[in-house]
Amino acid sequence: MSRLQVVSGKGGTGKTTVAAALALALATEGKRTLLVEVEGRQGIAQLFETETLPYEERKIAVAPGGGEVYALAIDPELALLDYLQMFYKLGSAGRALKKLGAIDFATTVAPGLRDVLLTGKACEAVRRKEKSGRFAYDYVVMDAPPTGRITRFLNVNDEVAGLAKIGPIHNQAQAVMRVLKSPETAVHLVTLLEEMPVQETADGIAELRAARLPVGRIIVNMVRPEVLDETDLDLVRAVPRTAVAQALSAAGLGGARRGGNAEKLVDPLLAQAEEYAERYALEHDQRAVLGEQGLPLHELPLLAEGMDLAGLYELATELRKQGMS
Amino acid sequence: MSPDPARPQDPARASHGSPAQDTARASSARDSRSHHISHARVLDVDPLIDDPETRIVVCCGSGGVGKTTTAAALGLRAAERGRRVVVLTIDPARRLAQSMGIDSLDNTPRRVKGVDGDGELHAMMLDMKRTFDEIVEAHADRERAAAILSNPFYQSLSAGFAGTQEYMAMEKLGQLRAQHDWDLIVVDTPPSRSALDFLDAPKRLGSFLDGKLIRLLTAPAKLGGRAGMKFLNVGMSMMTGTIGKLLGGQLLKDVQTFVAAMDTTFGGFRTRADATYKLLQAPGTAFLVVAAPERDALREAAYFVERLAAEEMPLAGLVLNRVHGSGAARLSAERALAAAENLEESRIVDQMGGKAGLRNSPDTYGSSESPASETQASESPASESSASETTARAAAPDEGSPADTDQERSAATDDTDGQPSDDERSVEQLTAGLLKLHAERMRLLSREQRTRDRFTARHPEVAVAEVAALPGDVHDLAGLRDIGSRLAAGRPELPETKV
Repeated sequence: MSRLQVVSGKGGTGKTTVAAALALALATEGKRTLLVEVEGRQGIAQLFETETLPYEERKIAVAPGGGEVYALAIDPELALLDYLQMFYKLGSAGRALKKLGAIDFATTVAPGLRDVLLTGKACEAVRRKEKSGRFAYDYVVMDAPPTGRITRFLNVNDEVAGLAKIGPIHNQAQAVMRVLKSPETAVHLVTLLEEMPVQETADGIAELRAARLPVGRIIVNMVRPEVLDETDLDLVRAVPRTAVAQALSAAGLGGARRGGNAEKLVDPLLAQAEEYAERYALEHDQRAVLGEQGLPLHELPLLAEGMDLAGLYELATELRKQGMS
Repeated sequence: MSPDPARPQDPARASHGSPAQDTARASSARDSRSHHISHARVLDVDPLIDDPETRIVVCCGSGGVGKTTTAAALGLRAAERGRRVVVLTIDPARRLAQSMGIDSLDNTPRRVKGVDGDGELHAMMLDMKRTFDEIVEAHADRERAAAILSNPFYQSLSAGFAGTQEYMAMEKLGQLRAQHDWDLIVVDTPPSRSALDFLDAPKRLGSFLDGKLIRLLTAPAKLGGRAGMKFLNVGMSMMTGTIGKLLGGQLLKDVQTFVAAMDTTFGGFRTRADATYKLLQAPGTAFLVVAAPERDALREAAYFVERLAAEEMPLAGLVLNRVHGSGAARLSAERALAAAENLEESRIVDQMGGKAGLRNSPDTYGSSESPASETQASESPASESSASETTARAAAPDEGSPADTDQERSAATDDTDGQPSDDERSVEQLTAGLLKLHAERMRLLSREQRTRDRFTARHPEVAVAEVAALPGDVHDLAGLRDIGSRLAAGRPELPETKV
């Protein structure tokens, strides 16, 4: 099991949720995981229903079975000052830099520096050891940028190492790349069973592979329950409306006669079933496309009551059951 | 996604409503949702895109909410209502480009074929590097341009690190606006980590390229000697040293060369950034915040609404994509589930060897929102549907209209008074499934409603257009057109069923 688990996915597929559930799932008894947020959206704090996360590692949850989950929202600005401090003991000069707009520049505009800092911080947490020699975290889970940007994001150090050919940034960038391209890292992609996210997932996998980054698993999120099966759907097309009306009436929903309450339900209910059938076929096709990727496939259910803390634990349990931890 | 062929096409300009009509339309839409809790204002997009004063529409929102599709659908609708439109997309899915009949979009507007009416639709995709190169080529003499274009720092910057994409999108928008070729420019914003980034990025890049840091990097000596700057200067020279050490001398040199070349050739990046920013605040610009009825997307939308207000950017309204509806919305999830249970229970009892009576569940039943609870089971000619007929109908599903078969059926006599046949059971099973499906839909509906109400409570001033969810993706112009009409309808067109 790779110690750095990177979770990406198209926007709107719930990658933050999956990353958080994975961090919980990996925190089995006695284990400690760190959940890292790099996009400054405070999605983790919202999921765990805690206050805004500062730029420091803090415990946010105890996993089922007693493991611990820590969280860190990386602030690129502070991470940069951290670095400068580490390399140069800058002190007040750091503040002067900030005044000049250098920090702002470095973290937002400078080629890739922001991404270098974010990946660098995560890799540092992966490698960090306690005095006892044990790793500070058994696993680091990163809620990473979306699929469209993930390869570039992870590969930024290669680019920077090429740009800054000498100096500490160069060395740092190379050290990070060694972790990212090793089996210590696994990049998972979260998707929905819809055309565009699946297409983007397939493209993302191809890009990651071309960049020799280690692709992990595909996680299909928000899978809706199968309410009607193939046989039911065949019957939907063939069933006499009156038979359905009578069954509805028998179930206590009013009259089956034309204009009766049960009868009036038949058309909308069958229309919903038709929509379901269309989606069912589409999902079937998308599953097939995902199946062709040659990666382990996991499915997480859509939670009927929406996403909340309880739901997060539910998904974590599901991931454990499916052997993702 | 297959558009409904029966849907009447909007002839161009046909529904160009007068303000009075618009008001009427808005209020009737409000009435029709009277059983909903919230009373958000309805966003009417047609008057917006028809108004010749509207020159720019910016679609923004978090990733995965259908922003690009909304921009394309809106552009098509505007074109088919007679305007000359260009849609600037940032990073469209291949499928979307194909839906406009263009295999790949590039940095130049391409005319989209198959658009109805007198208007025109053009589409283009932002090529960051190309746009940046064009700026350089347009503003520098050949020699200098070549120096900049071959600079390694420039090459990385222009290839699209954080901020560049946002800046170039705004730059391109400025260019398109200056061309005066277009009645209307519809812009899709970059898939930023935060939807707010694109407002900040141009300023940041502009202020960096124009700023103190650059001057410090290029000519630290210039700053020397000014009174009161001495203390800072000590820091600064230390800083140049630090930056040099940090980046490596060669990179610093690349940056310095780049900046020196840019500095003299550009009439100030900041001026350009400021001009684009002002363009966004101008009366001819309208922002549409796009979201899906999900917690995260709407939270992001709320931030955006607040941010736009703070920046004095004109917000036209919220487009809420993928809203679910139900033709049987009056049958609650609880009641549907209870009914499904009834059907399943009666099956079990049947199998145990007794014709079971009806099992109403009075608790859930009483709590239903149905106004007229006339559910006398006796009213229905229950179990008259004979097995043989069911089979016959199943075998020939296309035969006759439902009405015809209904009559045939009621004329036929029942011959299965004993055990219900397998077919009957499967109809009951199917019906139970239909009810469960409905329950699932109703839960989704109420969750979406709750999320939306939370937004409306926070921002009652924001007009909302709801776009009904489609089972699949858009593949062609007809699909975009369909989304356009759904968008213009303001809320999902749902057949109302009174139960």
